[in-house]
Amino acid sequence: MSDSVETAAVAPSALPTGQSGTVVRSTVMRRLLKNPLGIASLVILTTIALLAILAPVLAPFEENFANISKTLAAPDSTNILGTDSAGRDTWSRLLFGAQLTLLSALLCAGVAIAIGLPAGLIAGYYAGRFEAVSNWVVSILMSLPGLIVLLTIRAAFGPSVWFSMIAFGILISPSYFRLTRAAVQSVRNELYVDAARVSGLSDLSIVARHIFSVVRAPIIIQTAAIAGVAIAIQSGLEFLGLGDPTKATWGVMLSEGFKNVYLTPSLLLWPALAMALTIGGLVLLGNAIRDALEDGEKIKHRRKRGPASGPSGGSTTAAPAKARPSRKSVAAVEHGTEHHLVKVTNLGVGYPQADGSIKKVVDNVSFHVDRGEILGIVGESGSGKSQTAFSILGLLPDNARIVAGSIQFDGNYTVAPGEDRVSQERLSKLRGKRISYIPQEPMSNLDPAFTIGYQLVTPMVRVLGISKAEARTRALKLLTDVGIVNPERTFNAYPHEVSGGMAQRVLIAGAISCEPDLVIADEPTTALDVTVQADVLDLLRELQQRLNIGVILVTHNFGVVADLCDRVAVMQNGRLVEEGTVREILRNPKENYTRTLLGSMLEGKTPMTMLVSPPEGPVAHGEASRHASAEKEPVA
Amino acid sequence: MIKFIAKRLGSGVVVLFVVSVLTFTLLYTASGSIAQNILGDQATPEQVAAKEHELGLDQPLFTRYFSWLGDALSGNLGASWFTNEPVANSLATRIPVTMTMVFAAMILIAICAALIGVAAAVRRGWVDRVVQIGAIIGDSIPGYVIGVFLVTILAIQLGMFPATSTISPEVGPEAWVVSMTLPVIALLINGVTGGAQQIRSAVIKQLERDYVRTLRSRGIGEREILFKHVLRSAAPAGLTVLSLQLIGMLGGVVIIEQIFALPGMGPLAVAATGQTDLPVVMGVVMYTVVVVIVVNLLVDILNGWLNPKVRVS
Repeated sequence: MSDSVETAAVAPSALPTGQSGTVVRSTVMRRLLKNPLGIASLVILTTIALLAILAPVLAPFEENFANISKTLAAPDSTNILGTDSAGRDTWSRLLFGAQLTLLSALLCAGVAIAIGLPAGLIAGYYAGRFEAVSNWVVSILMSLPGLIVLLTIRAAFGPSVWFSMIAFGILISPSYFRLTRAAVQSVRNELYVDAARVSGLSDLSIVARHIFSVVRAPIIIQTAAIAGVAIAIQSGLEFLGLGDPTKATWGVMLSEGFKNVYLTPSLLLWPALAMALTIGGLVLLGNAIRDALEDGEKIKHRRKRGPASGPSGGSTTAAPAKARPSRKSVAAVEHGTEHHLVKVTNLGVGYPQADGSIKKVVDNVSFHVDRGEILGIVGESGSGKSQTAFSILGLLPDNARIVAGSIQFDGNYTVAPGEDRVSQERLSKLRGKRISYIPQEPMSNLDPAFTIGYQLVTPMVRVLGISKAEARTRALKLLTDVGIVNPERTFNAYPHEVSGGMAQRVLIAGAISCEPDLVIADEPTTALDVTVQADVLDLLRELQQRLNIGVILVTHNFGVVADLCDRVAVMQNGRLVEEGTVREILRNPKENYTRTLLGSMLEGKTPMTMLVSPPEGPVAHGEASRHASAEKEPVA
Repeated sequence: MIKFIAKRLGSGVVVLFVVSVLTFTLLYTASGSIAQNILGDQATPEQVAAKEHELGLDQPLFTRYFSWLGDALSGNLGASWFTNEPVANSLATRIPVTMTMVFAAMILIAICAALIGVAAAVRRGWVDRVVQIGAIIGDSIPGYVIGVFLVTILAIQLGMFPATSTISPEVGPEAWVVSMTLPVIALLINGVTGGAQQIRSAVIKQLERDYVRTLRSRGIGEREILFKHVLRSAAPAGLTVLSLQLIGMLGGVVIIEQIFALPGMGPLAVAATGQTDLPVVMGVVMYTVVVVIVVNLLVDILNGWLNPKVRVS
């Protein structure tokens, strides 16, 4: 049955973009061999392949040798698996069947690769008309049920395994086409391909050198899946009695067994087992390779991507290596700190790794924010500033663990000392109502399927308990407040119908709609044009002053900090390196890292420039912890 | 929206035309001497020539195709070369049997795969592991092998179900449902295991989207986020999975019907293929492509309704 044929083509594939091929292969191979299922599948497939190759040596009889006087015999010393209705030896036929089955699967995959790979490369690389035409062909091929096509081929060309497998190869080639095209498209615009082009390499060698290394692994996965499907469908055709009767194949044997099901049902078992083992081995191999690839990706992108989507994610089961005793009830916060709106104390955030260790992304971070105050958290990508912000919001990925410290909001712990997770119970009462969030990327943070109005009104209805009509009035007022000229129109628009700047204003409106006490803004201007950036910052300042709210502004841009913030905390490699008033830090930075950060922007470069962080050394650590504890110093 | 549907319908007609040309050409040029095949080896050259004339095989391919097309447009798909029964008639009596099974299986697949897949995505833990293992097992065992074992064990050895299901609806709904149970189970197992796994990944992909985090930050509850936002966004991917499964099932059902000796399209298609009964093969292919086009159109319309972006463009 070809159910999984086409679905294999739409399965999301993990593409290790931007990695060099040889490195990927060696580490993937190592991870594959560490996975018991990977080893099992390799052992099964190698055994079957060896049996197939050695069939002429191992098989006691010719595939069609019939002993008429010994039909449907039970296993004995001559016929170790018995004989079929014509007196042919089941074990011998099984071995010869393996030969033909594996060869036909290889032929099918070979044809599919020979068509799909070049077509996908060309379509992905040059796009244009070729892509349009191939898309159309793909849509036709994908709407044809495999078995019906094979019946047609059988009617036209007669019973030949080779014809049917070539035809099926053509039919299934879209899966390679789509995979290759997607991979090429994602690599096409990467800088190194441009660089190769500029340095004078021909198109062909660009394709050969860079793109092929990217699609290689997904193609192996796909081939495992397709070989399995090819075996299933070819055997199905033979099972229907439409195969070549002179050849021993598993499908023919299954059909023979089914005809004699009342007499010798065990005849069914062997070919079915052979098929299930072979196809199962291929499926497991594909899964194991994919896991090996994804594990690499997961560790690399852990901080950005959050919870692992792979089967080995195990996000709910992974326990922190050092579990700390959690207290029964939430303790009262330290006396004398109740007046702070937010207080983060010695916070550590980490992610459990496959080997049981915990990778810390935030380490010993302390700061506080009061009402009416804007705190900037500055640092380069990966410095842990967003992770810190998300732990205040309680929106860390599922597999994140609080490994140290506490967070308190308005005099109550949201993470009490000793707890390893943010309490969703406590935070769900605060989120939206008292703590709100302005995201970085405006477009991806609005649900494309709902109007902007709906996305503004619903939180107000849920959180404030007001009527829809009242929420609508307030939403329109908010849209006006954030400087949208035609609020009615924006209210009724879908997110894809407005610009990025407009969408960010909508998100700001959403963040303040329920009159929160604290707004956490995660790089609210990074995704916007420079002119829009200034407007949005003005808007934030104006709202903050009018509503007297506390703001945590996460950014990598000192310009924004200088413009907007009262105090600033500088983060590097998960640690707080320096904290103070904006004036202090800008005029007289104590830390080298802060000076590097400042220098890199005051030289007149665009604020978006990525920074090269100094290597993490023992000196930097010492300084970081010293300054992290200097948080209680009075600030202006 | 109407323009969108019209466009999709138009491209469906084009696909139907292209497939009919390709199939017709392939069948009538590759299959050797058709008349000889029908008459057997003993036929004289004169008899063969007469037969070829009778079937119109002495006409050029081009002429033959357009006369077939003309007839087909008026609902006449020709007659079987062996039984002389009009192809349209045999299709009409067999399509209901096949489609009843296919749709029963599809509805069950949609319900089970969606429930299990969503549960696995949201709850993770053991449900998730069961789905993963189930998907591997389902991918490893073709549906017809499952069918063969269901017949062998449940019908023949234990006698719980009839081994063959030639019973028609007239014998009473109960007997009919019992007779349909095993074929439908054989059809749906692969669909449920594969579908659940793919729906699981579609839902997880949506749960990881930025807007979900933002909705949480706005104080929207998990239940509302899941049912109103995540499932809606994951639905197009789920529909695509199901439509591809349905296309695959149109092939798979042929073998299942053969196993259970059901009077559907399967035995007709298999017999016609074995005998090179080209008008019947042609009819089966056309019917299949029409079903696929209709299903794809329905999926497109549903997707348009679910995703405002598609609707506008």
